[in-house]
Amino acid sequence: MTALLARDLRLAFRAGGGFGLALAFFLIVVVLVPFSVGPESSLLAAIAPGVLWLGALLACLLSLDRLLALDFEDGTLDLLVGAPIPLEGALSVKALAHWLTTGLPLVLAAPVLGVLLNLPLAGFGWLTASLLAGTPALSVIGTFGAALTVGIKRGGLLLSLLVLPLYVPTLIFGAETARRGAMGMEATTPLAMLTGITLATVALMPFASAAVLRMGLR
Amino acid sequence: MSIWQYANPVKFLALSTRVQPVIWTAAVLCVAVGLLWGFFATPDDARQGATVKIIYLHVPAALMAINAWFMMLVASLIWLIRRHHVSALAAKAAAPVGVVMTLIALITGAIWGQPMWGTWWVWDPRLTSFLILFLFYLGYIALWEAVEDPDTAADLTSVLCLVGSVFAVLSRYAVKFWNQGLHQGTSVPVATGGRSVADVFFYPLVVSMVGFGLLFLALVLYRTGTEIRLRRASALLARAGRES
Repeated sequence: MTALLARDLRLAFRAGGGFGLALAFFLIVVVLVPFSVGPESSLLAAIAPGVLWLGALLACLLSLDRLLALDFEDGTLDLLVGAPIPLEGALSVKALAHWLTTGLPLVLAAPVLGVLLNLPLAGFGWLTASLLAGTPALSVIGTFGAALTVGIKRGGLLLSLLVLPLYVPTLIFGAETARRGAMGMEATTPLAMLTGITLATVALMPFASAAVLRMGLR
Repeated sequence: MSIWQYANPVKFLALSTRVQPVIWTAAVLCVAVGLLWGFFATPDDARQGATVKIIYLHVPAALMAINAWFMMLVASLIWLIRRHHVSALAAKAAAPVGVVMTLIALITGAIWGQPMWGTWWVWDPRLTSFLILFLFYLGYIALWEAVEDPDTAADLTSVLCLVGSVFAVLSRYAVKFWNQGLHQGTSVPVATGGRSVADVFFYPLVVSMVGFGLLFLALVLYRTGTEIRLRRASALLARAGRES
């Protein structure tokens, strides 16, 4: 499994277009927001937590179809299904690799982009905490979506349609944590709910992902 | 005799063609009586005026939108556990009906909300949950359309239905946490027995609800029959292709 993780990370770093792309996409979305709603700083401060969460979510989504599709094309997935390690574990590792190359950079970049959107000072800690707690769920749920659509040609759009409704609870609690934090309100309740969702999905979703992947590859 | 004998498509078709005329008649009768009674034979509400009459369309449609998803959930489980093809096809057949019911509920709700709440749409928990349910339906149907092999499609959509149900319930409570809303609570709580709707409005509503339930049943039976025949036709075509 460590070898699989190392392989996925190496592929993401060296194969080009994967690692930096989500980050650049996040940056562009955040930069475009003031152009679309106007440069008024009080308005930007009010919507900053939501915009940052939405941007992170979309950037996560963007890299999902690469998660399994490339491995499907060159036959690696068939080997993984037949490998002596459980497929659930292999998919967890792939989700972890996706999080390390997409989610974690987004978490680190979000406070910097928060400055661009005039995020209130109190919100930075909560924003980072909420993204740190929430993005693993995005990766794990995304792996399920990728496993569902792996055998389908031109599955990219379908993947978004399937995955985005599943992202709703995570987005609600994540953005709520960041918003309450930014407004100086008590934010531990949504943060606890968000962490709960993440832990539950990390524990359970790999089983669903492995089940649909086996069905899809049969 | 057990219910599982109807997992045989031939027996299922025989039974469903036999009972369908009855169900169709009852459904059309109930919907017609419920709606006509509700629209023309009940008084206007003291505060809401004539707008209250949209309830006879809105509530039954919303009820069936949720129950259609439940039915798909049960059918998906039966497919995953016992692998009866009729069950998978019934789930497939129910989804478009469910979408239409969801749309009716959303649109009639908007039409009612404009004069009553002064807005077509608010991000109220119930409204938002229904919109999310609508998205789940769309994803489910799109996945059926996208996968070519019918058995794989049935497998994948069944798991999506299970996972989607969990997330739909999760979203329901997350949305409640996110925004307290305008929509009133249920007027006909079955569990507690009490109700806040006067009898004059209640009886036509019940007739309409029963009618929508029967209509859903009739549509699903009809569409499942179509799916079975479609499957049979494609099997015949494939065989003919091999022989020639």
